[in-house]
Amino acid sequence: MATMTIGTKTLALDADGNLANMNDWSEDVARELAVQEGITELTPQHWAVINFMRQVFAKEGDSPSIRRLTKESGIDTKTLYQLFPKGPAKKAAKIAGLPKPKGCI
Amino acid sequence: MAETIEKVSIIISRGSLEGVYPGLIMANGARMEGIEASLFFTFFGLEAVIKKRMDELKVATVGNPAMHIPTMVGALPGMSSFATRMMKKEMEKLDIPPVGEFLTMIHDTGAPMYACRATVDMFHLKKDDFCPEIDGVISVGQFYEMAAGGQIIFT
Repeated sequence: MATMTIGTKTLALDADGNLANMNDWSEDVARELAVQEGITELTPQHWAVINFMRQVFAKEGDSPSIRRLTKESGIDTKTLYQLFPKGPAKKAAKIAGLPKPKGCI
Repeated sequence: MAETIEKVSIIISRGSLEGVYPGLIMANGARMEGIEASLFFTFFGLEAVIKKRMDELKVATVGNPAMHIPTMVGALPGMSSFATRMMKKEMEKLDIPPVGEFLTMIHDTGAPMYACRATVDMFHLKKDDFCPEIDGVISVGQFYEMAAGGQIIFT
């Protein structure tokens, strides 16, 4: 199984390169994952998306749809795509320490 | 890593509910994956971007064997509306938005949308008839220019 190293910790990754265990996640891990995705600085808006996704995932076992994300997190679609230019669903899930979203929308 | 898709140009040519949604879902899905996407509406597909019609699209209950409704029954008044209502209800559960809202959402992801010049002329449509998401009325030639370097998906 693939792993990533942050500081002194070695974290397991799933087949898509996302964290295998969402409990391994921390804000430092998020910053490191963001850099890997080409996002050098996580702004409060990034954190709003990340925290919302983690919250939904913890409760429902899957990431929210983009539509729900924009409606409930208060970040509109345009901003969302600016925050995570190379695909918000996939990238935000990765940085949030969650598996790739299952839904199509 | 295997070759990846970087860009798709999706043509929507049909005006029934089930004719329009697959293209919209694929365009939105492409953007979600970070794939560049554009939409081209042609023939009855234009119904999806005509303001007055976009949220009134219906499921075809006649001539569609996959509906498993006998043609004579499918033709009864109200059948199409009924089937449409049922389908919309199921779509809402999956968080698939109504056409108008979906178009705005897809456009906001940075996917341009075009209407087909020949159809617009044929149906005598004007810029005012379309939703504001339509970025222009273009010819087939212009469409191919814009689609260059990507995949074309006809629906």
